[in-house]
Amino acid sequence: MNMRTPLKNARRLGSAREGTDHFWMQRVTAVANLFLGLYVVWLIASLAGADYAAVKEALGSPVNAILLLLLIVSATMHMRIGMQVIVEDYVTGEGAKVFCLLANTFFAIVIAAASVWAILKLSFAT
Amino acid sequence: MSDARSSSGAVNRPLSPHIQIYRPLINMVMSILHRITGAALYFGSLLLALWLTAAAVGPDQFAFVNGIFSSLPGKIVLFGFTWALLHHMMGGIRHFIWDTCHGLDIASVKFLSTISGVVSVAATVGIWAAAYLAQ
Repeated sequence: MNMRTPLKNARRLGSAREGTDHFWMQRVTAVANLFLGLYVVWLIASLAGADYAAVKEALGSPVNAILLLLLIVSATMHMRIGMQVIVEDYVTGEGAKVFCLLANTFFAIVIAAASVWAILKLSFAT
Repeated sequence: MSDARSSSGAVNRPLSPHIQIYRPLINMVMSILHRITGAALYFGSLLLALWLTAAAVGPDQFAFVNGIFSSLPGKIVLFGFTWALLHHMMGGIRHFIWDTCHGLDIASVKFLSTISGVVSVAATVGIWAAAYLAQ
């Protein structure tokens, strides 16, 4: 006798209350990006024309570094979901679509990893 | 109907008219620009990552990247990056309003679409002017 509920088979297939995950995450990250993005635009604009020492100190200061890290995580999540929608809309061939979706995920993670590494190095390097 | 399939195996169904058949409307233009600016920011993230990693690696690398960014073509790209970011932000705020089921009558849709375009251009010019004046 099978004791498993049918929910076991439905989960992770898009019909077990997970269909709106991307929709919701796109809005959560959009709210974060709005405030963090405005802050970072202001931060970078204030560093226009600044020399290396000043830029290094500003990017590695605790408040700026933490807000930059938050923006990097939120923005790369947001842009990955956004590009996935674009790929699903315009790339029709199954093989090309899978390739583009993989490349999209890897691109977002590489941007995030490189940027996080940079902020951490600017924060902790002596 | 067995012949009504393309080489990829998809059924060849009739397609609905696409954008070239419609007269451009402000909300439609802003919707298309929202996607285009989103895609531009996607690749623009590479510039921010480059700038941050250059600053982390050392003064020579930072000077090299900063030299590219402060050249005329570099400044044009960064100005476009700023506008794309602000335009996408304004579009995002518009979508937040629409998500709450407000502003969906035609007059409001036109107003919100127009104002987001005006604000994005004005804010971009304002930020660049402020950055220049502060130097």
